[in-house]
Amino acid sequence: MADTKATPKAQKATTAPKDPTAPKAPKAPKRLPLPEQELMYSGHVGCLGCGACHAMRYTLKATGPRTILSIPACCWAVMPGVFPNTCFSIPHVNTAFEVTGASISGIRAALDAKGVKDVAVVGWAGDGGTADIGIQALSGMVERGTRAIYVMYDNEAYMNTGIQRSSSTPVGAWTTTTPVGATRDYKKAPKKNIVEIMVAHGIPYTATASVAWPKDLIEKVQKAMSVQGPSFLHIFAPCPTGWRHPPELTLEVARIATYSRVFPIFEVERGVYKVKQHKKEATVKEYLQMQGRFRHLTEEEIAAIQASVDQAWKVLLAKEKFTTEMARA
Amino acid sequence: MVDRPDYRTWRDVPPMPVCWYPSALGNPTGGWRTYRPVIHMDKCIHCAQCWQGCPDAAIHWVDDSPEVDYEQCKGCGICAHECPVDTIEMVLEVKE
Amino acid sequence: MRKVITGNYTASYAAKLCRAEVVAAYPITPQTSIVEKLAEFVSSGEMKSQYIKVESEHSAMAACISAAQVGARTFTATSSHGLVLMHEMLHWAAGARLPIVMANVNRAIAPPWSVWADHTDSMSQRDTGWMQFYCESNQEVLDTIIMAYRVCEQPDVLLPAMVNMDAFILSHTSEVVNVPDIKEVDAFLPPFSPEWRLDIEHPKSFGSLAGPASFYMEWRYKIQHAMDVAAKRFKEESRAFERHFGRPWGGLIDCYRTADADAVMVAMGTMASTAKQAVDDMRDKGHRVGLVRIRAFRPFPTADLREALKGAKVVGVMDRSHTFGHEGPVFTEVKASLYNGAARPPMAGFTVGIGGRDVLDTTIAGLYGRLYDALDRGLGREVSWIDLKGDEEGVA
Repeated sequence: MADTKATPKAQKATTAPKDPTAPKAPKAPKRLPLPEQELMYSGHVGCLGCGACHAMRYTLKATGPRTILSIPACCWAVMPGVFPNTCFSIPHVNTAFEVTGASISGIRAALDAKGVKDVAVVGWAGDGGTADIGIQALSGMVERGTRAIYVMYDNEAYMNTGIQRSSSTPVGAWTTTTPVGATRDYKKAPKKNIVEIMVAHGIPYTATASVAWPKDLIEKVQKAMSVQGPSFLHIFAPCPTGWRHPPELTLEVARIATYSRVFPIFEVERGVYKVKQHKKEATVKEYLQMQGRFRHLTEEEIAAIQASVDQAWKVLLAKEKFTTEMARA
Repeated sequence: MVDRPDYRTWRDVPPMPVCWYPSALGNPTGGWRTYRPVIHMDKCIHCAQCWQGCPDAAIHWVDDSPEVDYEQCKGCGICAHECPVDTIEMVLEVKE
Repeated sequence: MRKVITGNYTASYAAKLCRAEVVAAYPITPQTSIVEKLAEFVSSGEMKSQYIKVESEHSAMAACISAAQVGARTFTATSSHGLVLMHEMLHWAAGARLPIVMANVNRAIAPPWSVWADHTDSMSQRDTGWMQFYCESNQEVLDTIIMAYRVCEQPDVLLPAMVNMDAFILSHTSEVVNVPDIKEVDAFLPPFSPEWRLDIEHPKSFGSLAGPASFYMEWRYKIQHAMDVAAKRFKEESRAFERHFGRPWGGLIDCYRTADADAVMVAMGTMASTAKQAVDDMRDKGHRVGLVRIRAFRPFPTADLREALKGAKVVGVMDRSHTFGHEGPVFTEVKASLYNGAARPPMAGFTVGIGGRDVLDTTIAGLYGRLYDALDRGLGREVSWIDLKGDEEGVA
């Protein structure tokens, strides 16, 4: 006995998505700071104030509807909702935890086999699924030059499973697996520098971006789309639930992260660094004090973090200087 | 409200888990709210920072103005915090 | 056209003839010549395929899964640890209902390292929802890969299939293979055009979260149902295969001289082919013996086995693997399939050929001898490790 197909009524819904927020005219009205079309819409089950939601919303505004999205296990695997809910109006596939790099290579290969060239392929993984369990597949995808955009949205822990540490958790942070306790076992290992790892692969284009700077994020995604090869975007996405800050401060936390140089905004194009300088400044202490996950830190520990942030900033600027000079030569 | 397939048995569902737009709109996350944003339009400067900052795409831009979708708004308060003229008030939800 | 080619090259030819659009593969002994030959076909232009040089078998299967989700016909090949590394993704491919076809060269699992023939690799994947075929000849490898695409891609099947061949015995041994012209295969195998796929014009989300009350169980049931449909289809399509290629594909099992046999052996892979020689030798001596070769282990041919074994007075099952803490898995499943059937002859399990230990026709003749002993003196030891150095101990 053959299975019956989905009801014809349901089938119709796929052919012409009636997005209530899509403009009738293709041009965005003058007032809107970003492209108007929504490809991620409400009804998802993300936490209040979730930074990863901003990241997704802005990225899809940049890529437009001709995009295929591959998402491994992470917050975003669950956020579209329980079946039959989905908050995307673009084709999207869920995959296993560690495979995003391999998955987007597969999607691009299939599109190439079918002669379809004008579709953006986006792998969308968390920090755990990228820097830890997913690093092999990411490395493979970049090394063999797949034309796809790999986005790591960074909420600095395994948030979907309840705030366990990842290699992207910053020094000083409390997580459930780096609890403070009598031994002060908060995260001591330095945050893995995934963008540098991408640079070491000789990737054509990689950049950091933040939900604090949506225009910059969108420009970077669009730049990545034009790359005839792999690109990697590291998007800073604060998590009120895991970082212990009020949900309304998500974008504020992201801004202070950049002003304090904890999360600098820069890009590396064919090995040449370009750093965005912001006029406003903040101390690392201001950044840390916004979040409950750092509240156990002593003045000395905060000073040590400030020192390492300062050092990293110096190194970054030096890289910008010498790579720019070498490119000019 | 939202057109969703009506699955009952193993014969009805597609061969694998697959779904499509606009199904999540049938999940009214407005029920999560403790506070609701109220935009006082008299001071609004139509900068769209509230529209831009909403993680749920629950503020629509209609006739050059923000319109909160209270079916979906979770009340996170980002819009109120981001508003440069402080014209969005977070009001405690009270059962009628 | 008749070629003299190894089992490995046969698999490469089959993938080429089936016009696999995406190949994602990682090398492992003794599969390497499959992927090398495919690379050669692609670089010469005779195979129009996207070849992804993945960095592990786990990624190979992940890439095939995503490519198949876009609607491409995919192929991969592996062996032993590569297959076992893919384990998570094998489950995924079946659950996602993607008709990926894979050639697996049956090789032993470490430690200790062994590159030789053993069925532990594929047997340990029998729960994943993949169809499994065990071949006794290179011709069968070719024919089964073609049939696998034809059946697996049907909209009410949509399951992945692995075509197994024994390490070195088939993979590296040249045999005469009738390799059809690609036009003949085109006439038998239409392009892959699935309804449910990643498509810009009809955007969909695949692989959502499903709660206990809503449909997880139903989707699992549908995999079982698809296996039942597949079992029927393989038989039906065998006739179509015969029309196109001049030889039937054959059924889910292959019965050799079983009609009047008292003692019947059940086996898979090349040792079943050797067993046919043993059957002939014993028949020459006047013993009424027969062999059932299981070709499809998944879907498991319960009805066919009950029919084939109904007249047997004693049955032996040869396993080229062993489930530790129990017995050979083929023995377990054959035994279980007869339990509620009409006939329940005494059955003995033989764990043989582990790690590539040779399974000779004389070895198998000895097993038939044991079956006759069982008839005369009762079953005695139910499970035996054959040609073990030293005596077996423990529970019979």
